[in-house]
Amino acid sequence: MKIVVCIKQVPDTTDVKINPETNTLVREGVASITNPFDEFAIEEGLRAREKYGGEVHVITMGPPQAIEVLKNALAVGCDKVYLVSDPAFAGADTLATAYAVSKTIEHIGGADLIFCGKQAIDGDTAQVGPGVATRLGIPQLTYVCKVREINLEQKKVVVERMMENGREVVESSLPALITVVKDINEPRLPSLLGIKKAAKAQIPTLSAKDINADENRIGLKGSPTWVTKVFTPEARGGGEVLKGELTDVVPLLINKLMDLKFIK
Amino acid sequence: MATLLIDKETCTGCEACIPSCPFGALSMKEGIAVVDEKCTFCGACVDVCPVSAITMEKDEKTVTIDAGAYKNVWVFIEHEQGKVSSVSFELLGEGRKLADAIGCKLCGFIFGKEAAGFIKEAIAYGAEKVYVTESPLLEPYRTDPFACAAVNLIRKYKPEIVLFGATIQGRDFAGTVATTLGTGLTADCTGLDIDPETKYLKQTRPAFGGNIMATILDYPNYRPQMSTVRPKVFPMPPRDDSRNGEVIRESLPMTEDQIRTKVLEFIKGAEAVNLADAEIIVSGGRGIGSAENFKVIRELAGVLGAAVGASRAAVDAGWIPYEHQVGQTGRTVRPKIYFACGISGSIQHQAGMKTSDIIVAINKDPEAPIFKIATYGVVGDLFTIIPMIKEEFKKRLGR
Repeated sequence: MKIVVCIKQVPDTTDVKINPETNTLVREGVASITNPFDEFAIEEGLRAREKYGGEVHVITMGPPQAIEVLKNALAVGCDKVYLVSDPAFAGADTLATAYAVSKTIEHIGGADLIFCGKQAIDGDTAQVGPGVATRLGIPQLTYVCKVREINLEQKKVVVERMMENGREVVESSLPALITVVKDINEPRLPSLLGIKKAAKAQIPTLSAKDINADENRIGLKGSPTWVTKVFTPEARGGGEVLKGELTDVVPLLINKLMDLKFIK
Repeated sequence: MATLLIDKETCTGCEACIPSCPFGALSMKEGIAVVDEKCTFCGACVDVCPVSAITMEKDEKTVTIDAGAYKNVWVFIEHEQGKVSSVSFELLGEGRKLADAIGCKLCGFIFGKEAAGFIKEAIAYGAEKVYVTESPLLEPYRTDPFACAAVNLIRKYKPEIVLFGATIQGRDFAGTVATTLGTGLTADCTGLDIDPETKYLKQTRPAFGGNIMATILDYPNYRPQMSTVRPKVFPMPPRDDSRNGEVIRESLPMTEDQIRTKVLEFIKGAEAVNLADAEIIVSGGRGIGSAENFKVIRELAGVLGAAVGASRAAVDAGWIPYEHQVGQTGRTVRPKIYFACGISGSIQHQAGMKTSDIIVAINKDPEAPIFKIATYGVVGDLFTIIPMIKEEFKKRLGR
């Protein structure tokens, strides 16, 4: 079975701070990490390989330094990795990104099963996974919290999707694209040998031309949407700490909450 | 195509542009600023460069579609287990404003096995026209038939704007619809505005865990303008059952054998979570200490009719299922009141709850970051304070 995992390098938002003077995001010293949801996608890919055989190929689209997340993927045991990088991709929104990712998957020979994280923590759109599935003409299974069974002979997969008040069990034909939530597994740590191997690995970089992308459908040119304004949200005021004896503080708090005329 | 031009001769290497870039696309190379493909051409750096070394060339795209053919504001009327999701009504309220601003009609669109009840409600909440596709294949929800029904209606009737709730359903199939139509889709918006002249929809949404806000437009070459909108951002409009509306029916151009998925069963959760709809949420974190201790959280939630939330620390410790997790790797919530009990308030947790109307923090550490964003804070032992709060509410509410 050929498994493809799509991952993204994102800034570690733990480190993100706002410069109080300029009200802009402080980027300096912010580490880049693999999008947390994609770690679960990689692990699920590896588990499927261990159970059903095959290979796990990982792709990421981004600037040259995104190679780091691919090294991590190699270190935990993925078979092949590809960096899709080209200045021509600049300004891509989710439609143009999904197009480029789908062309990449076609370029590397397609997949039986594709795993993505449910969304990336920087953009939070959750749109690229479904976009890739649509472009490839395969079904999508989003918010998956469990892969129950993969049947390669019958070309079927059964998963559980995390819904608002329970789980939906869905069967889908293969190939399919699955986006995963955090609860699905516990990602493994890389082995020492894996880290050494990854450090030495030559990682292939694919350009827009390599994946045979139509230049009108990538980057800003292929994007229906554009960001016109970026601003920092108004800082949340607050910080009224109620002080005194609890026997006074608690009724005071309840008074304040009841005054909202909201609790019935 | 747009290009960001950095004049090597003029650039002084002052680095002023680097922190101005919200996407981290600028860096210094041999003393001169360079840009990489993370650039979204937002222009933030152009404004800060003290020597005007950065300029942007944005070619106007030639408009090849007849944008005038696209009319009206459409709202997807989502329903689950026989009930319309409140976000659909909220969007009818907001859609009304958009439609009035550009002088067009507000329409709903509904899919299901039988939609009669939902049509009535959509009209009562302001839809002037309702497009309906009914078929047994449209229940329960599945991506393929829903996307097919939506694409079919949108191609035929050409709305100017299409809004979906940013729910599990909306976020599942809106992306498929937008990709099939080859148009834009802006995810999880928290603000909508419209330019009455150009009819450009200004879609504002949080990014980087709510640390920045971005306003997004669609190029005029792509219509409809589509967004998914976060629940509880807009108020419920008034209901008026005396309203009348036009109903337009279209059949589903799809058969069962063209649908690639089957819903085998639905496993109801052991406990209703309902974080998305909750008006009050009581959440517990690391300070709760054990699965058993979550009882204090559940008891207070019980008295208030609130949902139970949790921080990542409590979920990772195995005290409560993941479905309850609020925060960056969990759910984003926006209740009227959010009680954070024994939660320190990491930036990731804040990303999921910072926009709650009122935040009440209870924590024994007076330095906990949660107190910086809390409307009201109480410092002390939560096992003493929460039962006191519960008893006081019981007394006042007569429960």
